[in-house]
Amino acid sequence: MLAYIVRRLWQMLPTMAGVIVLVFLLFNWVGGDPSYLLAGKMADEAAIANIRAQLGIDQPYYVQLGIFLKQIATFDFGNAWSTGEPVAHIIASRLGPSLTVLVPLTILETFFGIALALAIAFVRGSLTDRAVMVACTVGMSISILVYIIVFQYFFAYKLGLFPVQGWGESLGENLLRYALLPIIIGLAVSIAPTLRLYRSFVLDEVHQDYVRTARAKGLSERRIVWVHVLRNAAIPIITHVMANLPALLIGAFLLERFFGIPGIGREVILAVERSDFPVIKAITVYVAAATMMFNLLADLLYGAVDPRVQLK
Amino acid sequence: MMHHEISPGLWTLAWRRLRADRLAMAALGVVGAFILLLLLSSSGLVAGDWEDEVAVNYAPPSFVGPDAAGAALARPQAPTPPNAFDPLAAELEVLKAEVHAGHPPRAKALTLPFGADKWGHDIVKKTIKGGETSIVVGLVAAFVAVALGTLFGALSGFFGGVVDDVFNWFYSIFTSIPSILMILTVAAVLQQKGVLTIVLILGLTGWTGPYRLIRAEYIKHKAREYVMAADAIGASSWRKMFSHIFPNVSHVALVQLSILVVGFIKAEVILSFLGFGVPVGTVSWGSMLNEAQNELILGKWWQLAAAAGAMALLVTAFSLFTDALRDALDPKIK
Repeated sequence: MLAYIVRRLWQMLPTMAGVIVLVFLLFNWVGGDPSYLLAGKMADEAAIANIRAQLGIDQPYYVQLGIFLKQIATFDFGNAWSTGEPVAHIIASRLGPSLTVLVPLTILETFFGIALALAIAFVRGSLTDRAVMVACTVGMSISILVYIIVFQYFFAYKLGLFPVQGWGESLGENLLRYALLPIIIGLAVSIAPTLRLYRSFVLDEVHQDYVRTARAKGLSERRIVWVHVLRNAAIPIITHVMANLPALLIGAFLLERFFGIPGIGREVILAVERSDFPVIKAITVYVAAATMMFNLLADLLYGAVDPRVQLK
Repeated sequence: MMHHEISPGLWTLAWRRLRADRLAMAALGVVGAFILLLLLSSSGLVAGDWEDEVAVNYAPPSFVGPDAAGAALARPQAPTPPNAFDPLAAELEVLKAEVHAGHPPRAKALTLPFGADKWGHDIVKKTIKGGETSIVVGLVAAFVAVALGTLFGALSGFFGGVVDDVFNWFYSIFTSIPSILMILTVAAVLQQKGVLTIVLILGLTGWTGPYRLIRAEYIKHKAREYVMAADAIGASSWRKMFSHIFPNVSHVALVQLSILVVGFIKAEVILSFLGFGVPVGTVSWGSMLNEAQNELILGKWWQLAAAAGAMALLVTAFSLFTDALRDALDPKIK
């Protein structure tokens, strides 16, 4: 097991190196010289030369890459260009609000997705099943923007059930007051694709031999679906939850922006608007690293759920 | 002489299965109608005059009827009584006459079938024009992504070895950065907005899905007998890859294309909404939603309804068609 983890981590190195080089090339080569942007409109030659020296972009590329590697290793990306706030501090302080929305959202989505998928599996092929699937397709076709705009307008602005936007100090206040509507919207958006997918996982299992054996033994349909099928469908579901975490970011970015939640997603959008390269670079590299770790975690969980899976 | 019945090919069989599916044909009809509108609007036959101010500001949809504010705006203004102390009064009259000579005041509609926006543009025409941008971006970006994915997947799967390792390395890099972050990162770097930029962003970040599937197909097919036969008659690798194998895996590429178009139309709308997509002055469904967000507070919901409704209709139809297409091309998987 330990050997497996070590080898997987070792295999991540070339990918991580690739991510770093890609980000480096994008910002230091494709992105061009940011010193004119930083110096403002009334810049003179001396000011620009000064900025170039500070950023290190008067150095050869390999020195610049070295600077970037050192920044990644020491978590010190200097200060954000737009606000002067240290980048490390930005990332650390924006993580909490993002997780306050994402963690409950992921838990609720997985729970409702599984429960509904198993319930639908009972009535597979029926009119209910077909109607739910068509509703899912329609639900998935409406842009998340529309969900956010309409839900925010009706539930927060018109009916006043939730704050229109904002963020508090304590976790309890945020979770119960400010994060509630974003979580509901996230759930409304994600439940349709999740349900469709989990239904297909469940239906894959329903036709297996062990289900026939269980029926022959005289087990109740309820027990077959909720115990036997669920255990076997768990593996693709875990993969999906893990693989979907980065994809959840898309919704999280927009939710954070609309509801004024000071999270990672809103920070990225602000940074792109302000051409604040250090912030984007840092977030991209660390999110990529986190994504790889989640993939590893998913593989480790297979082994825990299914004894047939051997991690070598 | 014996008459040989030619057995129907993959595409003929798939088309027959698709024809039998009524929902799929209805969806195809809707998608076709959108494409037709797109062609008509890009050639200027329809909605070319969308920027004309044909109605009062925020003219409501007809069934709601004109509202008080709009009616007041449309009412001809009573002439201001001449100010005896105004030294420029005479010149003002001349100026007014000049302005009216160039642009005779036009009767503005109080209501339109689907309402008007802030500047009095017809929402129907605006939605058609906006759809043109969104659909073109989605289609072209999907073509770019599938072309790249197919090329890389073919090279990787066919040659294997070092080539495969290199492309797999690229694949692992691109998939370890979440797509939205990748898109925003490239948008931040490229600095210039435009339809071409957004097509590039989406195309360059979207090749990974097609790549994975096409690569698997090539690995499967390269050992088949027909490829060995082609090898025996001395076909070049390029010829084997694209004349022999590609037609047999093209259905995978087509389904991927169909899936990506939907994803990219949605992505374009989000990017344009955030202001990272189409440039100012170009209308897309995303920029319409952006305008509509502020209008909603004023109670002007029709632009939102039009853009969101048109988009939902197209995407639903496209998704239903994609599902049917996948089933028709691969009847084993249900």
